[in-house]
Amino acid sequence: MTTNTKDPVIRLCGIRNQFGSHVVHDGLDLDVYRGEILGVVGGSGTGKSVLLRSIAGLQTPTAGEIEVLGTNVRTATEDQRQALERRWGVMFQDGALFSSLNVRENVEVPMRSVPGLDPELRRQMADLKISLSGLPYLAGDKFPSELSGGMRKRAGLARALALDPEIVFLDEPTAGLDPIGAAEFDTLTRQLSDTMGLTVFIVTHDLDTLHAICDRIAVLAEKKVLVTGTMAEMMQVDHPWVHEYFHGPRARAAMDAIPTKTKTNPDNKGD
Amino acid sequence: MLGKGLIKRHTLNLTTDSPIFQVQTSTDNGTTHVTMQGAFSLAALTTLSKTLTAAAANGPTTIDTANVTRLDTSAAYALAQAEKSGPVTITGLTPDTQALLNTVRRALPKPDRAAQKPKTLSDQLESVGRTMAGAGHFMLELLGYFGLFLDRLVRSIRHPSEFRLTALVHHCQEVGVKAVPIVALMSFLIGIVLAFQGASQLRQFGAEVFVVDLIAVSILRELGILLTAIIVAGRTASAFTAAIGSMKMREEIDAMRTLGIDPATALFVPRILSLLIMLPILGLIANLSGLIGGALMSWVELGISPGMFQSRLVENTGVWHLLVGMIKAPFFALIIGIVGCHAGMQVGSNAESLGQKTSSSVVTAIFAVIVTDAIFSIFFAQVGV
Repeated sequence: MTTNTKDPVIRLCGIRNQFGSHVVHDGLDLDVYRGEILGVVGGSGTGKSVLLRSIAGLQTPTAGEIEVLGTNVRTATEDQRQALERRWGVMFQDGALFSSLNVRENVEVPMRSVPGLDPELRRQMADLKISLSGLPYLAGDKFPSELSGGMRKRAGLARALALDPEIVFLDEPTAGLDPIGAAEFDTLTRQLSDTMGLTVFIVTHDLDTLHAICDRIAVLAEKKVLVTGTMAEMMQVDHPWVHEYFHGPRARAAMDAIPTKTKTNPDNKGD
Repeated sequence: MLGKGLIKRHTLNLTTDSPIFQVQTSTDNGTTHVTMQGAFSLAALTTLSKTLTAAAANGPTTIDTANVTRLDTSAAYALAQAEKSGPVTITGLTPDTQALLNTVRRALPKPDRAAQKPKTLSDQLESVGRTMAGAGHFMLELLGYFGLFLDRLVRSIRHPSEFRLTALVHHCQEVGVKAVPIVALMSFLIGIVLAFQGASQLRQFGAEVFVVDLIAVSILRELGILLTAIIVAGRTASAFTAAIGSMKMREEIDAMRTLGIDPATALFVPRILSLLIMLPILGLIANLSGLIGGALMSWVELGISPGMFQSRLVENTGVWHLLVGMIKAPFFALIIGIVGCHAGMQVGSNAESLGQKTSSSVVTAIFAVIVTDAIFSIFFAQVGV
């Protein structure tokens, strides 16, 4: 199921995003490979979320080509787009759960598009996804307003995983979580990526997440992807912002805390 | 091989982007062999789950997954469920699918939930009781807010430096001045309707001229102030709730408390006081424009000249009719203000509760205004004014 060859599932080529006269991205290139966990970092306002929204088709870039799972997002027909959307899942920053539905119904929403799926089985699958996301079994009956921030994120992840996507986009998955919750979420992401062969695209500020689970890191700066590479490679980069980011006091603390990657399957990922 | 049993085949061909899967079942010497082929996703789950569970429940079963090209969590779920319903051997798993199956096994929802107990009579009685107690509690809370308002008002009088004159003037403009056009127009139209309806009925008895009394009494005693209060309840109670509620939602109220500012003095007193000042004035404007509307229609429809309307109004309508209406104004103002502020303070930390409380504050305020008006009607009838 997961072939660990360098098989790009997302290809960005010459992306330009512009709001009025404000250019966010200019000539941005990035490849994301199958099965890897890619962390996207960058200062505030460098357009990390804009990049995620562009790939997920929520926003059309001013110029450039986006190819996801072999489909060109910009020129795809409505049917192709719909088929594509079933093959990826997006988890928004605060879960973005539908507030009028309980957690189980939220997870069932994408499953309703599958023809011939028995409602009872759909309910069971939703429970399974909720359980896979690390929520207690009874959480399915709760409404989003009754959940804590961390639980809402997990419920958002369960909904993103509803159709067993090949790619999952996570927008700041650990922002606003306590360190224990954030570490648990990181482990969960790694585990799901390993067992389900997920490609994970994480926008994050969390240095611990980058250290703990990301196979590769892409740094957004100067309106493009300045550099990509593993954590060790990041430490060698000379660029002042990158150097500051990965050598600052917080970065050092994160490095000391996690000496090795906490992979469940530490062998040949991404080789 | 003792008699190869029946072979069932399930093939499903969905749209071009959903690849085909096949499930074949054959029975051999009491053992069921299930062969899975192709790509299994959620679309295959219903078929797969039925086949596997039925086979496993029948006796020993082997499931061959060697020819599966894609196996997702739903297929793993079906396999895990089959294991629970009977003796099952799964062959042909790759390390990846084995890992996925293990993850799913671990994540399997543990116990079935206890069935919900049917509601007994005592449960229903309890919910009725709770609702009644809740209503009583709500009334007490409103009374508490009234006391809080009085207390802070007295304190503001004793320490005039704490009083927020600017806020009071601002709210007087928002609550009163800006409501004048709608209140005047509404009342004018009510006067016209009353004159028109009254004229067509009274004409049958040749008593057209009594239309003046009809208009004067109904508008001055009841309609002028009641309809004004209803409009103000809709406009202002919702505005109070929304304003205070969004401050509550963003923790501004808590911030005020930590800064030593009393929310009741800063927020409630100017708002409720502005209503107390402006509602009687709005009621008076409503009375006036209602009478003007009535006079205009009487002139057009019945030929009662404005002069005649005026003299009949002055002769036949006692000043108590006006006073009965105006006495009610401050009570309505207090109800609207307190209900609006109270609902605002009940808003929780999410946007839904803001909308819910805003609409419930309008409904409560209008309902309370009408109930109070009815009580006043009975009271005035008893004392005979």
